[in-house]
Amino acid sequence: MTDIIIAIISTIGACVILVASIGIWRMPDFYLRLSVTVKAATLGSGLLLLSAAIYFPQTSVTTKAIATIFFLILTAPVSGHMIGRAAYFIGTPLWKGTIRDDLKGMYDYENHRLRSRNEREKEENEVKVNQSKEGNSSSEPPPSTI
Amino acid sequence: MSLYFDYVILPILAVSLFIMLIRLFKGPEVVDRVVALDLLITSGVGVVAVYSISTDQNTFMDVGLILALIAFLGTIAFSYYIEKKGKE
Repeated sequence: MTDIIIAIISTIGACVILVASIGIWRMPDFYLRLSVTVKAATLGSGLLLLSAAIYFPQTSVTTKAIATIFFLILTAPVSGHMIGRAAYFIGTPLWKGTIRDDLKGMYDYENHRLRSRNEREKEENEVKVNQSKEGNSSSEPPPSTI
Repeated sequence: MSLYFDYVILPILAVSLFIMLIRLFKGPEVVDRVVALDLLITSGVGVVAVYSISTDQNTFMDVGLILALIAFLGTIAFSYYIEKKGKE
């Protein structure tokens, strides 16, 4: 019974890893490759580790395998986000079929900060108000200096 | 049980690792190579788990834990310096 469960789980895990490798081979764009591979690799390795956790009867080995699964699930999204952010910063080209890019113009390239659309509009309005104030003040002073 | 892992699961994983290796050599940008390397090491954790079942030696699970740690730290370090350096 345990053998059958292990065989099923490990077969699913190996097939998911195969799907991830086909995805990184065939996808046309860096961002599509990233979105395919991070999730699929985490699921595939997690299933293979789960089959190892079921196979070994010792508690220490099972705990180790489950700790590895937990670590993978915890760290894969973080590393995927960081490498995607770095790739957008250095200007990795998007696929030619991409129809919208929500991040365009949202990054401040000097201090590496991401601003939301509301924040950006507020800053633009402040700049406009300052400009109109400066315009008024510049129009007022001349009479006083004369 | 060991025969099934030797003749079915490990060949599937070997083909997957070979396809990832193609992307690692071919990748047009440096970030493609970083993602391919991350995927290669993360799949390596699964290969280590299958190999430890196949040979019935549970000591290999430590290697899997260390590989997962190295994959995470390597990707974080690469992305940190790529972002700091900018393009070229």
